[in-house]
Amino acid sequence: VLNVFVFFGGGGGCYNAVIRLSFQCLPQQEIMKWNGWGYSDSKFLFNKKGQAEFTGKRYRLSGMILPSLQDWFENTFGASVKQHKSPATPSLNAGALPPANLNEAFLQDLTATGIPFSHEADDRVFRAHGHCLHEIFALREGRGFQRVPDMVTWPNCHNDVVKIVELACKHNVCVIPYGGGTSVTGALECPPEEMRCIVSLDTSQMNRILWIDEKNLVARIEAGIIGQDLERLLNEGGYCTGHEPDSMEFSSLGGWVATRASGMKKNVYGNIEDLVVHIKVVTPRGVMEKSCQGPRMSTGPDVHHFILGSEGTLGVVTEVTMKIRPIPEYRKYGSVVFPNFEAGVACLREVAKQRCAPASIRLMDNEQFQFGHALKPQVSSIFTSFVEGLKKFYITKFKGFDPHQLCVATLLFEGDRERVLQHEKQVYDIAAKFGGLAAGEDNGQRGYILTFVIAYLRDLGLDYYVVAESFETSVPWDRVLDLCRNVKERIIRECKERGVQFQPLTSCRVTQTYDAGACVYFYFAFNYRGLADPVHTYEQVEHAARDEILANGGSLSHHHGVGKLRKEWMKESISDVGLGMLRSVKEYVDPDNIFGNRNLL
Amino acid sequence: MASTTLYSQRDPMLKKRDDFEDILEERRNSSDLKYAVRCYAPVLYKGLTPCKANMLKSMVLQSDHLRYVINQVSQESGEAPDIIHEEASVILEEMAHRLKISTVRFFAFTLTKAFKTLFQHICVNEEGIHRLQQAIQEHPVVLLPSHRSYMDFLLMSYILYTYDLALPVIAAGMDFMGMKFIGEMLRMSGAFFIRRSFGGDKLYWAVFSEYVKTMLRNGFAPIEFFLEGTRSRTCKSLTPKIGLLNIVMEPFFKGEVFDVHLVPISISYERILEESLYARELLGVPKPKESTSGLLKARRILSENYGSIHVYFGQPVSIRSLAQDKVNRCKYNLVPRHIPRKPTKETQSFVTDTAYRIVRLQEDSMVLKPWVLMASILLQNLEGLELSLLTEQTLWLRGLAQSCGAFLDWPDHTPSAKVVSSSLALHRGLVCVSGGRVSLVLGEPQGLVTPEEALFNRAVSVLSCASYRNQILHVFIRPAILAVAIHNAASSKKDEVFNCFSFLCKMFSDEFILCPGDTVQDFEEACYLLVKSGSVQTLQQNIVVTDRGQSTLSFLNGLLESFLQGYQLFSTLVLGNLNMFSDKCPVEGTI
Repeated sequence: VLNVFVFFGGGGGCYNAVIRLSFQCLPQQEIMKWNGWGYSDSKFLFNKKGQAEFTGKRYRLSGMILPSLQDWFENTFGASVKQHKSPATPSLNAGALPPANLNEAFLQDLTATGIPFSHEADDRVFRAHGHCLHEIFALREGRGFQRVPDMVTWPNCHNDVVKIVELACKHNVCVIPYGGGTSVTGALECPPEEMRCIVSLDTSQMNRILWIDEKNLVARIEAGIIGQDLERLLNEGGYCTGHEPDSMEFSSLGGWVATRASGMKKNVYGNIEDLVVHIKVVTPRGVMEKSCQGPRMSTGPDVHHFILGSEGTLGVVTEVTMKIRPIPEYRKYGSVVFPNFEAGVACLREVAKQRCAPASIRLMDNEQFQFGHALKPQVSSIFTSFVEGLKKFYITKFKGFDPHQLCVATLLFEGDRERVLQHEKQVYDIAAKFGGLAAGEDNGQRGYILTFVIAYLRDLGLDYYVVAESFETSVPWDRVLDLCRNVKERIIRECKERGVQFQPLTSCRVTQTYDAGACVYFYFAFNYRGLADPVHTYEQVEHAARDEILANGGSLSHHHGVGKLRKEWMKESISDVGLGMLRSVKEYVDPDNIFGNRNLL
Repeated sequence: MASTTLYSQRDPMLKKRDDFEDILEERRNSSDLKYAVRCYAPVLYKGLTPCKANMLKSMVLQSDHLRYVINQVSQESGEAPDIIHEEASVILEEMAHRLKISTVRFFAFTLTKAFKTLFQHICVNEEGIHRLQQAIQEHPVVLLPSHRSYMDFLLMSYILYTYDLALPVIAAGMDFMGMKFIGEMLRMSGAFFIRRSFGGDKLYWAVFSEYVKTMLRNGFAPIEFFLEGTRSRTCKSLTPKIGLLNIVMEPFFKGEVFDVHLVPISISYERILEESLYARELLGVPKPKESTSGLLKARRILSENYGSIHVYFGQPVSIRSLAQDKVNRCKYNLVPRHIPRKPTKETQSFVTDTAYRIVRLQEDSMVLKPWVLMASILLQNLEGLELSLLTEQTLWLRGLAQSCGAFLDWPDHTPSAKVVSSSLALHRGLVCVSGGRVSLVLGEPQGLVTPEEALFNRAVSVLSCASYRNQILHVFIRPAILAVAIHNAASSKKDEVFNCFSFLCKMFSDEFILCPGDTVQDFEEACYLLVKSGSVQTLQQNIVVTDRGQSTLSFLNGLLESFLQGYQLFSTLVLGNLNMFSDKCPVEGTI
């Protein structure tokens, strides 16, 4: 994430030549927040007039006033923008940082290779965390972490990684690969019990597209590249990967592979495991890669799948051959309003059954619909507000939708124009069968814009005693409704039992459809005023929510991964034998636990 | 968590119980008609999907579960699915209730008339009602009353109507359906009818369980049934049947509802309408078939005084908290939820355990009248005893019962002699006082009776009296078994006493509410109570009876004597017969 040295330059659209991001070494710390999400210049705040605004220039919402956000915020959480502030400490207390535990012999050998490294405090803390609530909370309090990497190194290519891993094995140094830093599973946390020197292997300099093969529509890409850069560089040549996880502004290709990432448009392009054709990975045993790039093989269990989801426990992914597609000719957003969540889920299920899902289809529940409304920018003309009012009147009064029940599906169609329009009609026809009303392109587009700014909102909440987090699962179709209802209820129950003084916000959306089920994403937030240890309370509630998910037939994770946050459920999830299989791979590949982040197992 | 607090109260005397209100009082001072037609607008379950009784039926018939079973049965039997479907529809028609508020109002009117004549008071703990009202809004609720009389379910609906609570649908035995007109009336007041036994009938089971689960999932109405399965003829709680409890828990296990709340309800009668009927039934006179004419004949009971009724609505018990760490719901993830499956061992034992706990909660809040104490003493003195001695012993027993946590309704500020004499008056059909001596009425003295008839009459009296004594057994059962164990163990070593205790618990497992698997806990509870009352001491792994404990222990021994004798008699008889039938198989000495 944080190494976004990327905005300047961008090597042009020549093929079969190295496309590379230039090296204007802007220190990432200056454009990224050190204790929150995303760019430093982009944040929500309540301005002097008491109105909410989103600063910066990077997003469609940037520079806009959001007139209803304050009311929504105060009413939903019982928070007070005027009275109850909980600002972050302005900088990290350097005294809180444990001293670097360096391995001199390793350092000497590494220096000899010429690969850059650093043991500056800022660099180390930067790579000591992901974006779990407890991590960000600790940073905001200026507390830092019990254990952080002792040094950071920036390999420039596959061979550099080979050298680093060899030296790490030679000197028994612990290596933790670092890509975009957007983990939300505690995967980047250093195990406190690790006594060896911990080296953070930052892949950000390995950000080239090595070649593009137009005959087979694949590209060879270095694994450190960040999602938005990859997309932009490919776009220049008329291509895309179509892999768009919500974190794509900051997350890296290697990270996607290591966590089995899922993109918003997987219905057209597939998830990362469908997109990957070839993986090169450096392990303590040596380099593993397949000898050809055949599109499918029957050569025993697919060794790629040991790497996909390995969460940095086996080695470093250095290069990936990935499918690419021509940029679609036409793209259209859309939205459908349903009278209630049940009808919406039934519609999504039918769409999945007919296998006609658009590139993206997402169903937000009522809470999220209301939240989306709170984020509407000030309307510029009386006419717009008149039209808005008319729409609202039509839906709630004329069609009789209860504003506290209705929910919205957002759609994104891609392809050639004619087929998109045809496809669109098919989906709207299905929606109509379930009582859905087409609600316009704007609503749809806004839904997807919100995807990228929503992560910034947590920082706003944290300024006013509100903690928030999201988590996800995948679940068979017939259990979607039961799971959503029970998990929300469980959260509310647990908050009450644990002394949370205010009603929590629980909200969910169905973000992906599959033949046999769906991916469900939950948001959960509460006002923690009056709690002694809000993070602990939060963690207990999230733990209970995960128990509830599992008891309702949901999976441990759809795409976030396991990290350290969900390790305890692995045995239950994949059985003793299953866990043993994974362990035996780890034992063979990395007997000395060089890749010692202790995720997953 | 509720699961641990449910039964962890160490000192039963500290049990907190609510106060009662008499709901008949208001009825006596206002118009019954007005009451019957008043506005009735109960609070409903927040997740309720409103639907009519008829819609309910089609939901059941179209459910995945039923369709699956219909196909299965069709494949096994070779009949066309349509025919099986028709069969299912007939079963459902026979079973389903047709709850109608007009019928409920009719009952509200007539029952008020009847109740005012039959009973002095109908007392209800209003706090329990408030708790129930809360629970009904939050979760599907299952009402689990004790079952001593036909009155129970009419009474329950009557009370819920009175307090403007959602009327329950009630699982009733098919026997009632035989009653012309009344059967239909009950159906329209919320009863649904199930066959007494349908062990192997897959289709019946599917229709029945889907019907109950559909009502539960939709929050249609509170579901009411009797854990004991049938009316207890002895006033002892019967060991629970777990079939229906299994059904109502399943939607929770499968995640179809967030939680289900079980509400134990204790209905205690000062005098049971069926009192002498039960005694005769126990002696082998067949139960009169439920019939409308029978009911009309029974009108004469209207001329008698049946004292008061206490109805105690217990704390709703959350299945979710009970099941925590006991049932792994993930087990239900791997098979589609509409496919019926036998519950796992783990689930089975959880359901059984819960059933026992609920029955114990029912027992715990049974209100005991002074007469129950007196009956217990009289039964240990069948030849009769002086009134003053009876009074004295009753007071002594009151102390003991209270220290064991009994829920006694002993009138305040009334001289004990008066309490005793008014109890004797209410039960004058069972006891007589002559010349300062109290004894059981042993049959009708006048007229010519054969010796057999005299014996029969005597037995009726003793059994009727025993049914009152039985009401207090749950208070003393653990200490009493311990008393017998101490008496019979080879030594006073704690281990040996425990072995004997454990043997007795096993032997009496169908006689009293002794949860299988709770023996150690029961033993500790018994020891605690006897030590607390000063009856025994535990000295270095020995359990020793104290001097002042002799009388307590002999009373407790006496309490179980008739049961022990009964078991002994029975086994002698069985053994004797075995010998008669099979000479080749000598079983003598094996017991």
